[in-house]
Amino acid sequence: MEILNALALLANFVVVPATAYGAQLALGALGVTLIFGILRFANFSHGELMSFGTMAVILFTWVLQGQGVIIHPLPTALLALPVGILVAIVLSLTTDRLVFRFYRRKRANPIIFAIVSVGVMFVYAGLVRIVIGPDDQSFADGARFIITAREFKELSGLAEGIAIKQTQVVTIAVAVAVVAAMFWFLQKTRSGKAMRAYSDNEDLALLSGIDPDRVVMIAWIITAALATIAGTLYSLDKIYKPFIFLQILLPIFAATIVGGIGQPVGAILGGFVVAYSEVMLTYAYKKFLAYLGPSGWAPDSLVQLLSTDYKFAVSFIILVVVLLVRPTGIIRGKVIG
Amino acid sequence: MKFLSAINMTGGYGGADIIHSCDITVEKGEIAVVVGPNGAGKSTAMKAIFGMLDLSEGTVTLDGKDITHMAPQDRVPIGMAFVPQNRNVFVSLTVEENLEMGAFIREDDISETMEQVYELFPMLKEKRNQPAGELSGGQRQQVAVGRALMTKPKLLMLDEPTAGVSPIVMDDLFDRILEIARTGIAILMVEQNARHALEIADHGFVMVQGENRYTDTGKALLANPEVRRSFLGG
Repeated sequence: MEILNALALLANFVVVPATAYGAQLALGALGVTLIFGILRFANFSHGELMSFGTMAVILFTWVLQGQGVIIHPLPTALLALPVGILVAIVLSLTTDRLVFRFYRRKRANPIIFAIVSVGVMFVYAGLVRIVIGPDDQSFADGARFIITAREFKELSGLAEGIAIKQTQVVTIAVAVAVVAAMFWFLQKTRSGKAMRAYSDNEDLALLSGIDPDRVVMIAWIITAALATIAGTLYSLDKIYKPFIFLQILLPIFAATIVGGIGQPVGAILGGFVVAYSEVMLTYAYKKFLAYLGPSGWAPDSLVQLLSTDYKFAVSFIILVVVLLVRPTGIIRGKVIG
Repeated sequence: MKFLSAINMTGGYGGADIIHSCDITVEKGEIAVVVGPNGAGKSTAMKAIFGMLDLSEGTVTLDGKDITHMAPQDRVPIGMAFVPQNRNVFVSLTVEENLEMGAFIREDDISETMEQVYELFPMLKEKRNQPAGELSGGQRQQVAVGRALMTKPKLLMLDEPTAGVSPIVMDDLFDRILEIARTGIAILMVEQNARHALEIADHGFVMVQGENRYTDTGKALLANPEVRRSFLGG
């Protein structure tokens, strides 16, 4: 019983939140890895693209909520998601046309692209501040919990409950669906195969008659969709905070590099590695150990390896260690440099 | 006028000219081989013919049509196919996906062409679901040639197809190239293994320092004592 309680505690505070967070990071990292695979640069504007897409979702969610169009128990934001994706796609394609295409024609060095994307990031961030402002926005509705801690306790008879939030289940369900759709596209369709071919060997793709402009366009469309979905799920799960999207770049880039740059499967693995590391290293194990130790005993300290204030340091450490030990990432990807 | 006529080609990669007044021609169903020492501009001449290099002088015509200023990717739909020397397969794609990508510009049913490629290279059919990057050097070259054949080209250009493969594999590859030529495709290739290549060639072009030194039939070049002494090791 004590062991079960310990496991329930761990599931509630580590497994469930880390899985949802991992899914959000994976979706974000997929977009970064895709742009790296096709356009061959580290896209720093990805975080703010997530923010912009999410902002569009929020605005349309408010419209829908105002009209009384809701899909209880699911969040209304799911209905607004396609509109947000569309807005993000238009923004990405416009940016590519106005900014990135210029440097592509000049065959600019990848580092120039990366710096340019930093500029794009600031522009996106500015647009978001102008439209929706710098404040936090709450837009989650629908049922809050699938199962509350108390319900779980009553059902199982354990002292510890496992609460599962609706947003966590929605996150994982949507992430699974999106990832499945994306892999089907990349593996089975002609356009998807052309994208993999282009990413693999640009010159040979040209010799085979694959149109680079089309490949780039599809890459931005998918990236914008992934970014909007990732941002919306993250904001539903926590809250929409415009400032968070600069910080979230770090775990997303860490996930991309851990998994192997340019490798979609790696991005997903990387997302979960980073999320689990972050949550596990910042969780206080005092109660967990108390359940496992002799009854009546408890550790004196919190047994917390890192304060939650330092959670971004975890991504940073992972990033440095991976780059030192295995720069190609888990699944052999490209090496920047 | 031959099916492919590249006449008086002069050009380089922006700096000094690498090829000077170079002529290379090939007729349908024939094999033309370009040989010569390292740095003679053989590969550069191939790239010039495929439009990957700006020519300051000269013309390239295919089937009587002037294509001197056509972009490389536009040459694929008019029947030209090029197998580069390096990085000539999609390593992360399976053999079958490589062939599919070769046929990317085609809208019609490609299964027949794919069967023909598998008939030519039975090994590829066995390995159709393996990533091309996991194959041996010789098998990779088969994939590379197969990919180029998927567009049903009229002219197949091969840049050192036997580089880095064993002699047995090389013999086999040359046999396959002869087989491809018999179907009426014009084949133009650059080769390091000059003697071997000239044996199967209808026409040979010996290049030295970016210029044509000798041009004759493969047999005549092999019999020419000067060519033998200078380029074929006696």
